[in-house]
Amino acid sequence: MNRSTYIVVGVVVVLFLISWILKAVSLSGEDDGYILRGFLITMSAFLTLAIFSFLYRDNPFYKFAEHLFVGVSAAFWMTQGFWSTIVGNLIPRLSAGLSGFFMVPHQPSPWNISYWIPVILGILLLMRLSAKYGWLSRWPLALIVGTTAGLNFVRYLRSDFIVQVSSTFVPLLGREPHQWQGAGAFVSQLDLSATGQLAALLTNWVIFVGVFCGIVYFFFSKEHTGVFGRASRVGIWVLMITFGASFGYTVMGRISLLVGRVTFLFRDWLELIS
Amino acid sequence: MPNVGVLVPLVAIFGGLIWLLVRAIRGREVERRVIFMFIFVAVATPILFPITFQEHATPVVKNLFDRIENLPSGSTILMSFDFDPAMAPEVQPMANALSRHCLAREHKIVFMCLWATGQSLLNTTLEYVIRPDFPHLVDGVDFVNVGYKAGNEGVLNVIVSDFKKMFPTDVNGVPLDGVEIFDKVGSCKDFDLILTVGGGRPGPKEWVLFVGDPADVPIGAGVAAVVAPQLYPYYPRQVIGILGGIKGAAEYESELVKTHPRFENMEKPGLRMMGPQTLAHVVILAFIVIGNIAFFRGRRGKKTE
Repeated sequence: MNRSTYIVVGVVVVLFLISWILKAVSLSGEDDGYILRGFLITMSAFLTLAIFSFLYRDNPFYKFAEHLFVGVSAAFWMTQGFWSTIVGNLIPRLSAGLSGFFMVPHQPSPWNISYWIPVILGILLLMRLSAKYGWLSRWPLALIVGTTAGLNFVRYLRSDFIVQVSSTFVPLLGREPHQWQGAGAFVSQLDLSATGQLAALLTNWVIFVGVFCGIVYFFFSKEHTGVFGRASRVGIWVLMITFGASFGYTVMGRISLLVGRVTFLFRDWLELIS
Repeated sequence: MPNVGVLVPLVAIFGGLIWLLVRAIRGREVERRVIFMFIFVAVATPILFPITFQEHATPVVKNLFDRIENLPSGSTILMSFDFDPAMAPEVQPMANALSRHCLAREHKIVFMCLWATGQSLLNTTLEYVIRPDFPHLVDGVDFVNVGYKAGNEGVLNVIVSDFKKMFPTDVNGVPLDGVEIFDKVGSCKDFDLILTVGGGRPGPKEWVLFVGDPADVPIGAGVAAVVAPQLYPYYPRQVIGILGGIKGAAEYESELVKTHPRFENMEKPGLRMMGPQTLAHVVILAFIVIGNIAFFRGRRGKKTE
């Protein structure tokens, strides 16, 4: 590290300490643990700014925040896995002694091999750490992949295929509460609201034309020329509009997260807003 | 004075955008850090000097609102907090608004989480929303928090047929056999409505796949904007209503205040966040126009060469 790096780090440390002191002082009247709370809020603000600093360019503060996040996340999920799955689900069913040791209520039940199978598979999974017996970890992994695929296959087939296909069969001339009663009735009772008959008809037609042309675009056994080609082109437009809508939603989501962090900085850290 | 506060940054933003547009027409490129700065100012200004917009519930939000509103008082609703702090700014406002609405209609709520991180965010809702707004409601009688259970889709696969097999006690260790709400609830099929708030996996999609469709239980979802488009195909047959992103939360809050004026003074983070959203979107749209002008200008320049 060169001299300027030391100066920058020193300035940031001093600013951090000043912020901590000021925050603790401002919290001292309302909170008993004001020193710790002041530290936590200052640390959160520092980490937020450290992450944002990447927008300028890569730097050691960003790297520190990034590595801290990865490390804390890994540790968090590991301890969660241990305490919620092994201690929470398994040990109370296996042993009164271990339940007492981990201070969880024992759930007495007759000896059941189905509780021991995950223990054995879990140990086999850890064999991955051994060069000699690493191959044993393939068995539980195969079971996990097979079970997940089996479970998901049925659910996805039903919800994402059969029900979706049947949902696409929409009445093109309307249904209850907008039953088609002829063109005259349609024009005389024309309702332009989002819940009106016109909107319902348009929605159904968009679904029908969109799905049909979208499928045509992915049909490669026939050259995309003539009427077929025009339908395929409409399919591309439908896909592009869908991707655009997804991107728009993503932008909205990211802006929401930015608003969340800026609100934290202005409200909790700088106390500029209430 | 606040008007002056909001006017100065707005003039700066739109003045800057016009200046960048002129630069783009002249064929000059825009430094990416300038874009970040504009977005920051566009987001920060409405936070410091709130700008609010009128929101109206769209049918996809109104459907869910009406379902909760029209359920008979005392109906049992399962509400799952399947999100983490990263998603919280977007989906916590939905969770808060949905909880308020359900409890205002005197429905019984069973709270649970499929995400370990959801537990602390659920506690936030209980501590800062439910207890202050409904101090007379009793934990274990009017609502129950059964907490988090590891297992993702595995949990759903069990509770769809036997809820207490996976959650024998509430989060405080009280057996559910003695909790009144569970007198008529044996499995997910017995809930009048399931609300899932989240955006990752497991989340609303898994609730539809593993509980909603197999058990034929109505599901309402509050989702992060990023995954909302993936959920819309399920509406209205498999999901009765969707709050998509902060816009969905704002629409729901607006409908809640309109129907239940007692919530007029409640914190409305969804509506509050629509100001920064709108301004940031206007800036992004302007940059898309500027970027396209710069692109076509550059292409024309290359052709002439």
